[in-house]
Amino acid sequence: MAVRIEVGYRDGVHDPRGEWVVQEAGSLTGITLRSVRTANIYTLDMDLPGDVLEKIASGPFSDPIIQEYSIGGPISSDFQILIEVGYKPGVTDNVGRSAGEAVSQILERPLAGGEAIYTSIQYLIDGDLSHADAERLASQVLANDLIHRWEIVHRDQFDPEQGLSPDIPKVVLSGEGGRVAEVDLDGSDDDLMRISRDGLLALSLEEMRTIQAYFARPDVVKRRREVGLGGKATDVEIECLAQTWSEHCKHKIFNALIHYREGEGKVETIDSLFHSYIVRATEEIRTGMGKGDICLSVFRDNAGVIRFNEEYSLVFKVETHNSPSALDPYGGALTGIVGVNRDPFGTGKGANLLFNTDVFCFASPFYDKPLPPRILHPRRIYEGVVEGVEHGGNKSGIPTVNGAVVFDERFLGKPLVYCGTGGIMPSRIMGSPSHEKRALVGDRIVMVGGRIGKDGIHGATFSSEELHEGSPVSAVQIGDPITQKRMTDFLLRARDEGLYNSITDNGAGGLSSSVGEMAEDTGGAELHLDLAPLKYPGLDPWEILISEAQERMTVAVPPDNLARFLDLSEKMGVESTDLGRFTDSGSFHILHEGRTVGFLDMAFLHDGVPQMVLEAHWTAPSRQEPIFDQPPDLNEVLLSLLSRLNICSKESIVRRYDHEVQGGSVVKPFTGAHDDGPSDAAVIRPILNSFEGVVVANGIVPRYSDIDTYHMAACAVDEALRNYVSVGGDPDWAAALDNFCWCDPVASEKTPDGPFKLAQLVRANRGLYDAVTSYRVPLISGKDSMKNDYIMGDIKISIPPTLLVSVIGRMEDVRSAVTMDLKRPGNVLYLLGETADELGGSEYYAHFGHIGANVPQVDFTRARERYLRLHRAVVEGLVASCHDCSDGGVAVALAEMAFSGGVGLEVDLQALPTTGELRADRVLFSESASRLLVEVAPGKAGRFEKVMGSTVWARIGVCTADERLSVRSGKGLILSLALDRMRDAWKSPLGGL
Amino acid sequence: MRVRPKAVVITGNGTNCEREAAEACRLGGFDPRIVHISDLLSGEVVLDDFHFLNLTGGFLDGDDLGAAMVQANRLRYARVEGSGERLSEQLSRFIDQGKPILGVCNGFQLMVKMGLLPCLDGEQRQVATLTFNDSGRFEDRWVHLIADASSPCIFTRGAESLTLPVRHGEGKFVVSDPEVLDRMESGRLLTLRYADAGSGRATMDYPMNPNGSMAAAAGICSPSGLLFGLMPHPEAYLHRVNHPRWTREELPEEGAGIAFFRNAFEYVGGS
Repeated sequence: MAVRIEVGYRDGVHDPRGEWVVQEAGSLTGITLRSVRTANIYTLDMDLPGDVLEKIASGPFSDPIIQEYSIGGPISSDFQILIEVGYKPGVTDNVGRSAGEAVSQILERPLAGGEAIYTSIQYLIDGDLSHADAERLASQVLANDLIHRWEIVHRDQFDPEQGLSPDIPKVVLSGEGGRVAEVDLDGSDDDLMRISRDGLLALSLEEMRTIQAYFARPDVVKRRREVGLGGKATDVEIECLAQTWSEHCKHKIFNALIHYREGEGKVETIDSLFHSYIVRATEEIRTGMGKGDICLSVFRDNAGVIRFNEEYSLVFKVETHNSPSALDPYGGALTGIVGVNRDPFGTGKGANLLFNTDVFCFASPFYDKPLPPRILHPRRIYEGVVEGVEHGGNKSGIPTVNGAVVFDERFLGKPLVYCGTGGIMPSRIMGSPSHEKRALVGDRIVMVGGRIGKDGIHGATFSSEELHEGSPVSAVQIGDPITQKRMTDFLLRARDEGLYNSITDNGAGGLSSSVGEMAEDTGGAELHLDLAPLKYPGLDPWEILISEAQERMTVAVPPDNLARFLDLSEKMGVESTDLGRFTDSGSFHILHEGRTVGFLDMAFLHDGVPQMVLEAHWTAPSRQEPIFDQPPDLNEVLLSLLSRLNICSKESIVRRYDHEVQGGSVVKPFTGAHDDGPSDAAVIRPILNSFEGVVVANGIVPRYSDIDTYHMAACAVDEALRNYVSVGGDPDWAAALDNFCWCDPVASEKTPDGPFKLAQLVRANRGLYDAVTSYRVPLISGKDSMKNDYIMGDIKISIPPTLLVSVIGRMEDVRSAVTMDLKRPGNVLYLLGETADELGGSEYYAHFGHIGANVPQVDFTRARERYLRLHRAVVEGLVASCHDCSDGGVAVALAEMAFSGGVGLEVDLQALPTTGELRADRVLFSESASRLLVEVAPGKAGRFEKVMGSTVWARIGVCTADERLSVRSGKGLILSLALDRMRDAWKSPLGGL
Repeated sequence: MRVRPKAVVITGNGTNCEREAAEACRLGGFDPRIVHISDLLSGEVVLDDFHFLNLTGGFLDGDDLGAAMVQANRLRYARVEGSGERLSEQLSRFIDQGKPILGVCNGFQLMVKMGLLPCLDGEQRQVATLTFNDSGRFEDRWVHLIADASSPCIFTRGAESLTLPVRHGEGKFVVSDPEVLDRMESGRLLTLRYADAGSGRATMDYPMNPNGSMAAAAGICSPSGLLFGLMPHPEAYLHRVNHPRWTREELPEEGAGIAFFRNAFEYVGGS
């Protein structure tokens, strides 16, 4: 019989979780609570004698110093309203899993089938609230009805002897599982589209027709009959095709044939944006690099690989997890981070995970207008995503070294959650290059890690659509960092023993994708779905095939190594299961209990998807420059800009991330006299007895898309590289990832402006191509997420087209790294680069409600020369501090350098090199690209100027002991602010979150 | 050539700091080995072969039942294959042989919850805990620490004050019985305290005291001085480039964290 163990805090013990509820209840719902105490509830669905329960409750379930427990009765009846929040059946319950493990240790036996422990949290509330208020509190603060269930009990209904009765969220499926349905494709176009829509397949009519034609082919019919299938396709086959051909997996828009036209100009044909701009850029750069080519593996694996030195290679990938994060921010972000961890881990023979980098795009957490249906308040998204990434990164022991947060109201419909992970691997393992892998005919298909449930079914197809009323809740999952950590501990050991030939992760599309892709090496696979371990019985074969249940890798193990592999796995507490073998049959042969349930030609599966043909039409948006007088008080303007969400300190987020685990931290997210200045990029030392460094930086400027995505993309590359160079990254040893998040660019009834949005995508690709080829920074991997829209009834919200560029590279010696905080009074301040009338899309214009027209444009050739010379100056030790000019222009960068260093500045605006005559406010706040501020000791100034040579630079000021930033324009003082005031303005907006 | 004393760093189930802890041991003079707990439970490796034990940082079992609770339970019950002895017996033997143990962050939480710290009267019983920070948040920040020169702790010998990072959500040191704290104070077992860098005094003020620990305790030792645990991470400060202000302050090349490991090395007879 099930029993509850309730664990509460002793009187007088601080309960931060309860205090957090009081705070969030106030800000999210306006409900005032006097106090909230919390308790942990464990519901044990197993029969145990009293003394064992006592042992469990007093031992691992409670801490005798601060907690007390109660078995089979309530821990407290001291409340006005009690809300208990638990998980819905089938939702990952990490605490419950750990509790089960602790109990099995005490019992000295594993839990039996059917035995389980479920957890919930009890909120014991002191406050005068109605039942409706309690419902609101539960649904808007304490729980998310997609994954949680809750019970509300008033004190007068509560039995203080019995308390609540045990309630088991056990998954009970109606069927016995193992069912295979046939899909009748012999119908009209309407029938085909109904199949696609009803099945959440996200396949287009043309794709459905292609599939229809395939199954009607006589040779296909014949071969399928030979393996025991009927004339009709099975659901296993259709689901397998739908996920393999999903936008998420196949990048159909990036590979489409596009007819592109600018204005009334000639139509150009682009056969695949991916090949025309991204792959081509990298090929050209690599050819140009010749022997200095740093690329080892590009585009073909789960992540890109570059050389770090003779002994080690670097691996890097950034992914998005937008749609799940919109529905369940905590689970979505947690799954996003532990999911992207598996990309470098599943690249080549597998990499040790070295760092995480996260970039979020949100609406303001202070949003105060009515929310459209099914949208969570941005503050909840913010809190949930930050907590998810915190748990995902910290618990996995991977430092979060760098990131950014961008705010725009259009991210209300879909937040963007970019999660990136870098890894490092020995360049050779057992004598072979580590970045190469290949499954061989006869290798066993072994699945390692978590078990399969209904979680994440249709994740790949779901993320290939906009967020709508029917968006499936099963797509939401919660990651489990510890199961994954155990798995990676084991697999790294198996890697070093050379026990497998190939490895890949089970992400979108699950086994269908991982096995299907690995089978391309050999030309076939035979997969036995009934052998796969399940979380609960009752799954049908198609569900087992495409479930995206987390924390799983698929490896190709040679038969001779299988016994050793499985032994080591068992010893290290990791589940590994032999599911079949890789073949050269030309088919993906899927079986269940010995019966064929799917049989697909490898060639059709991987290359059969028809190319999309799309129209793109660019008409430049008619934007005007705003006309207004220079504001009389520039001090006030600068303070307001420092407090803008896109500029202000993100410390309240970043402090929550462990940014130095693994011991290699060199340039941290925070720097300066008070450990709070915003670093431009991260530097880490991956090998603790060497001084070679890895440098990581990001660039993202979606605001510029309102004017021209070409320049948005060019500026994103420039920003990433500028940040990279400013800490000391070597511009000749850098590679980049492109990560596009777009609103749907395919013309349809829902998206009449598709051709324009696609033209924006074309232009962004051109900007990206021009930038990376000019800078000679190869793209090594990337990702696109093309359906970032929200459609509900008449409301449509589309995100601004967004490109994240993430740069990884190297510096010879981390001891020459530079931070952005001013160091010493008396030092000279230089500005590198020219300032033009480029305030279109700037934070300054946005502050006054304008967009403008003059978007910053990058002069790649001059910028590259500048970066190369700056790098030489850094290596020579000439640079005391360096900070890039980005959001808010020179003025914001000056302020940040000064207050971070606790050193004053006197600057003469007239010394700044400008393009033409510019008004003072424009000089201060222009966001012209490729500019950096550099502090140099007076004794090194001569040499520094010589190194910078004929590039554009100017001495613009001097560091002072007076803790003020003073800016003159000729004789007149136009700006003068104390450092403390600027720091306060910059730190306060998000400080309380 | 003399054989260097051996240090073991136990990993597995969510331990994360094993590599830098092993590097710290190496820099301190030891021959370090990272050992997965499954190798101890299988009997392939025994603690008796080592001179210094590291229980380092991480998130054992996700800290799902409270920091290190599941591992404390595991060590209490788990048996070593073949011999039938419990792993906790190997651990007790290690302690009885007078070998030093260092617990950092999650390892410190583990030692406190197993009753290895403060181990008053040599009794392994939990009398203190480490719980949620007053801020309710995990935080990564560098803190100033002062060491008690009269503490029996062998690890902090020669230390007066130092700066190290804390990276935890459950680091608030709490006792329920005031007498325990009194005895720890009088026994000089509150080895390291969070301090105000300006005044050099122990502090309860956030964020200098990052979690609200009683008596500003950051690290505590057993009366023998051989069992020592602390929330800050000495293995995270091995070189001056680890320091958050290394680009602006004059700092020694060697990170302040190495001294703890070198002291352990000297204690076990290395030289």
